[in-house]
Amino acid sequence: MKKTMKILSAAIVAGTMASSMVLTTAHADDMRIALVVKALGIGFFEAAAKGAEEAAAELGGVEIIYTGPTDTTAEGQIEVINSLIAQKVDAIAISANDQDALVPSLKKAMQRGITVISWDSGVAPEGRQMHLNPSSNPLIGNMIVKMAADHLPDGGDVAVLSASATATNQNIWIEEMNKVVGNYPGINVVSTVYGDDLSDKSYREAQGLMSSHADLKAIIAPTSVGIVAAAQAVSDAGKAGEILVTGLGLPSEMAAHVESGASKSFAIWNPIDLGYAATMISYNLAKGEAKAEAGGEIAMGRLGSVQLSDSLDGAMADPFVYDASNIDQFKEIF
Amino acid sequence: MNHTDTTQPATPANRAPLPDRMRSPLLRVVASWEFLLVVVAIGIFLLNMQASPYFLDPWNLSDATFNFTEKAMIAFAMALVIISGEIDLSVASIIALVSTCMGFAVQMGADTGMLIVIGLLVGAACGAFNGFLVAGLGLPSIVVTIGTLSLFRGIAYIVLGDKAYSGYPESFAFFGQGYVWWVITFEMVLFVVLALLFYVLLHRTSFGRATIAIGNNPTTALFSGIRVSRVKFILFVLTGIMSAVAAICLTSRLGSTRPSIAVGWELEIVTMVVLGGVNILGGSGTIPGVVIAAIIMGMVTFGFGLLNVPGIVMSIFIGLLLITVIALPIIIRRTRLRMTR
Repeated sequence: MKKTMKILSAAIVAGTMASSMVLTTAHADDMRIALVVKALGIGFFEAAAKGAEEAAAELGGVEIIYTGPTDTTAEGQIEVINSLIAQKVDAIAISANDQDALVPSLKKAMQRGITVISWDSGVAPEGRQMHLNPSSNPLIGNMIVKMAADHLPDGGDVAVLSASATATNQNIWIEEMNKVVGNYPGINVVSTVYGDDLSDKSYREAQGLMSSHADLKAIIAPTSVGIVAAAQAVSDAGKAGEILVTGLGLPSEMAAHVESGASKSFAIWNPIDLGYAATMISYNLAKGEAKAEAGGEIAMGRLGSVQLSDSLDGAMADPFVYDASNIDQFKEIF
Repeated sequence: MNHTDTTQPATPANRAPLPDRMRSPLLRVVASWEFLLVVVAIGIFLLNMQASPYFLDPWNLSDATFNFTEKAMIAFAMALVIISGEIDLSVASIIALVSTCMGFAVQMGADTGMLIVIGLLVGAACGAFNGFLVAGLGLPSIVVTIGTLSLFRGIAYIVLGDKAYSGYPESFAFFGQGYVWWVITFEMVLFVVLALLFYVLLHRTSFGRATIAIGNNPTTALFSGIRVSRVKFILFVLTGIMSAVAAICLTSRLGSTRPSIAVGWELEIVTMVVLGGVNILGGSGTIPGVVIAAIIMGMVTFGFGLLNVPGIVMSIFIGLLLITVIALPIIIRRTRLRMTR
């Protein structure tokens, strides 16, 4: 009796495995490009996968393997990379959970002739052929002031609500912004305050800006925490539409403020474009139609081409602008 | 005081060959859980060969062993803990804390030898803390180790936040990335050596017998002169040390420490142990079973990976597997009871 039950259980276990294994079948496409993400089930990356499929459809003969671990761990991504190496895929485009930990596995992939690039979150230079940044510091610095200027045809006073005074990214973007502010006549940056990326502190700093600058026309917040707090402060003060809030934010968090009119537009990367560009670059590198070398250019289909720096990274495009016309589509994504 | 022959204590010299086992040795082997696991393992091997042309390649298989070697090292110690009727769910968090401490030591300029010592000490300390709460204070281990699961990883998160430690010495990379010969990795060798050591410990020493006795009935074990608390304390320290060994291998393999390292491993390790035939209620289990279970889980993970089955499906599979192997023996027992009535 015991024995038969055990055999039965073995059959069940084996049956489960067998049935799960026929879920996917290999396709005989010309090229297989793996889009490896930090973890599955994240809206941002699902959108990137959509972009990758778009690129594959455009190219033809390309199979996209969209994969990643369940948790955002380096060891999970290594397992994934090992199985991709074993399958002899043509290219791996990865958004890394750790810039150092993946280097040995990705090196091995490159040794076996697999094209390796990183995008969004980079891998150390020795572990990839090139890295695709969604944008660049000068492009971001320009975009945040341009968005304010576009809605202020007569110019006016604008203030910056940043993260902490020591936040590297924000300081670089503000510096880049100050370099180009002269290109926007009438725009006058009157103050920079710091909300430390805390909602309540950012909210109070935004209130302070409104009370100390009577002619304030816009608040630029190049931080996703600050921009939401500023929009809230402006709405609460009943000044939605009078004082414009712009900067860098997430569509899901900003949708309500775009609707209320506190923010006309804001920017952040477009994940669909990012997945599209990563696929195009992988394809061109794997096909040998482009080379990853300093100063080189790689075509990215409808997005033009990317120029590589000395450290073999490049910027995809201007940050993507979100406004009333597209916010509903993207608020579901990230 | 009339001693007759029949009441004399049985010594090896005069013990009669009693038919204490109703089945022939061959039948016993065939009906054993381990034999069943071997059959399943061969089945999965063949399925994998069928399903993917890339499976049967020495280098691919060698890469795939990393899926289970580190987890199995902990599973050996976990098997003993579960056999003794306890459980340790904090193992993956011990990895995180050990790795964080080693990363900190690297920033302070520690060399490879120093890192190993620090890693093992931190692991042993974590295990001793669990052991003290369970064996010393008599608290239920499931509650204690759920607590330390948050505690140990919490410390790692406080120290590291969203940052990472890297810059491990070159020689440290050998433990997780080194090859001993051809496709044989250092981790494989360590896996085999530890399997043998734990086999001897559980099946060939009085400590192992004591562990099984405690799992069957702690009160009886205590009255038989077994120092129950001490054995349990040692088992938790041992699990801490094995978690540290796994942490050393994993950190060496990654060359970097993040607080999310090895998150969720406790589930896979417990599944490995239970699939290996260890009774989740304690009292029985074997190391060979755990070894085969580890290989099975590694092969299934790799097989799924080759077919690009999303990791989420793998989690579902592990969950179902865990429930199945825990439920089956209980269902079998109930069915047999009903049939004998």
